[in-house]
Amino acid sequence: MANQTLVDIAEAIVSRLDTDVSHYAIAVDQLTVHARRGAIEKVLTVLRDDVAFKFNQLIDITAVDYPDREERFEVVYNTLSMSQNARLRVKVTTDEDTPVPSVCGIYPCAGWFEREVWDMYGVFFSDNPDLRRILTDYGFEGHPLRKDFPLTGYVEVRYDEEQKRVVYEPVQLTQDFRTFDFLSPWEGMTPKLPGDEKATPQQGGTA
Amino acid sequence: MAETESQIKPYTMNFGPQHPAAHGVLRLVLEMDGEVVSRADPHIGLLHRGTEKLIEYKTYLQAVPYFDRLDYVSPMCQEHAYALAVESLLGIEVPERGQYIRVLFAEITRILNHLLNLTTFALDVGATTPSLWSFEEREIMMEFYERVSGARLHSAYFRPGGVHQDMPSGLADDIGEYFETFDKHIDDLETLLTDNRIFKQRTVDIGVVGADDAIAWGFTGPMLRASGIPWDLRKAQPYDVYDRIDFDIPIGKTDDCYARYLVRVEEMRQSVRIIRQCLEQMPRTGPVKTTNNKVAPPTRGDMKRSMEALIHHFKLYTEGYHVPAGESYAAVEAPKGEFGVFLVSDGTNKPYRCRIRAPGFPHLQAMDFMTRGHLLADSVAIIGAMDIVFGEIDR
Repeated sequence: MANQTLVDIAEAIVSRLDTDVSHYAIAVDQLTVHARRGAIEKVLTVLRDDVAFKFNQLIDITAVDYPDREERFEVVYNTLSMSQNARLRVKVTTDEDTPVPSVCGIYPCAGWFEREVWDMYGVFFSDNPDLRRILTDYGFEGHPLRKDFPLTGYVEVRYDEEQKRVVYEPVQLTQDFRTFDFLSPWEGMTPKLPGDEKATPQQGGTA
Repeated sequence: MAETESQIKPYTMNFGPQHPAAHGVLRLVLEMDGEVVSRADPHIGLLHRGTEKLIEYKTYLQAVPYFDRLDYVSPMCQEHAYALAVESLLGIEVPERGQYIRVLFAEITRILNHLLNLTTFALDVGATTPSLWSFEEREIMMEFYERVSGARLHSAYFRPGGVHQDMPSGLADDIGEYFETFDKHIDDLETLLTDNRIFKQRTVDIGVVGADDAIAWGFTGPMLRASGIPWDLRKAQPYDVYDRIDFDIPIGKTDDCYARYLVRVEEMRQSVRIIRQCLEQMPRTGPVKTTNNKVAPPTRGDMKRSMEALIHHFKLYTEGYHVPAGESYAAVEAPKGEFGVFLVSDGTNKPYRCRIRAPGFPHLQAMDFMTRGHLLADSVAIIGAMDIVFGEIDR
């Protein structure tokens, strides 16, 4: 039953916004709408103001990194409609260089969320009035939540007694960084096996 | 005379990160016009530990303890959000007794959190006694934590699929007995603060946020309800057994720090009601976690006898379980507001992405909006009433 409401909302959004949204998906009773990057301001304005939707609260903005895709970042806007008691995720995609229009003018709380996405992923939001780093150190380089950023980072800090200040040094691990692959070869097997790199895709085994 | 008098230029003041009223490691850069705040710029991230990144490298079960360390005064509520997110992707049901235990401890957590917040808030504005009284009560409730999970703070008790283990015998009775008289403690606390002239002078009409602003700035939880909006996820989008429990949602009338205090006090009373109902309605026996041994470990006794159980145990604690590919956002009404977990799974045994939506983050963001035009001393009251904990804001 809850699902039917979501389908109704989704259909209404698609008919109202036409080409600005590409498609929608409903999974585990949650609705996701994929929007065109340039139209995100318009999409969210309509979703907030149209009496049929009233997604009046922006709960969260975040991003997901898929390095293999052409546009590697998915920026996810998580909105809530109190009058409809429904949640909606709006997604746009972008890459390292393409800015996403800021939605600060629509939801004032977007400011810090966008700063965090910028800090963690390096997704640039045009027109955000204050797009500084937020969680990382002053003068930090890199975007830590990208999949190609190592878990241990690049620099570590310590207080130097002689120089009487905090110094930055390259990370030195007393023990090698270890990730164990516990995946059983019968279940989560990836198409490419170690040592199998030369195999053609047809020959590469799948689970 | 007026011409020679020099104009006072706004000057910048650094508040924190080691100030006791900053509730942790908040560095607040204040632009002051005399004693009036003209701009507040919170610098956060001093407690950033990269939780979201770390979780990407852990199995689903190993990620649970990280949630205790976010908002370290309401650990179980955060595990709850994570557990719900994983369960929604796995499509598993938690047995009834497990759901009641979760709700019971989520509400104990709420009281723990509110006691800490209200009393430190009172401490910020000059009242010492409430914290002395309430920390004693908190200690008793943390003993309940310890008895059920083995740890006072970082319990790792709510797991995807239910709770880690059943309550030890006698605990339910002791909890019931303790909360018989807990209202008295709230009354005592109120005699110290509610009509206290100094407390009211420091909080009434301070940090007023209207209903529309509260929604626009992403406020949730008591901050939103103090602005007069009756929105509570436990009622609106009930999870576990909240839909079977009768409780009220207090809202504030005056939108200020005093209303936030009153809302929290009343929430504690409602939590006591919920706890009593939980203890009454809870099935006396039954499983507390899902019986699907692909997700929840078998009992120790089964492992001694059954080869299959032994294999399950081994697999669960090495490889972990696989979560079907997909995305899910689960939110709970944590004591501070809406705590959400947005989980992206790629079908393996580790989360592809685990976004943690902390309620304190948007609250602190509104700091500039709320303090502008207030005196410096009022900014302390505003921070106190916001109920911020840096574990969750910095993640």
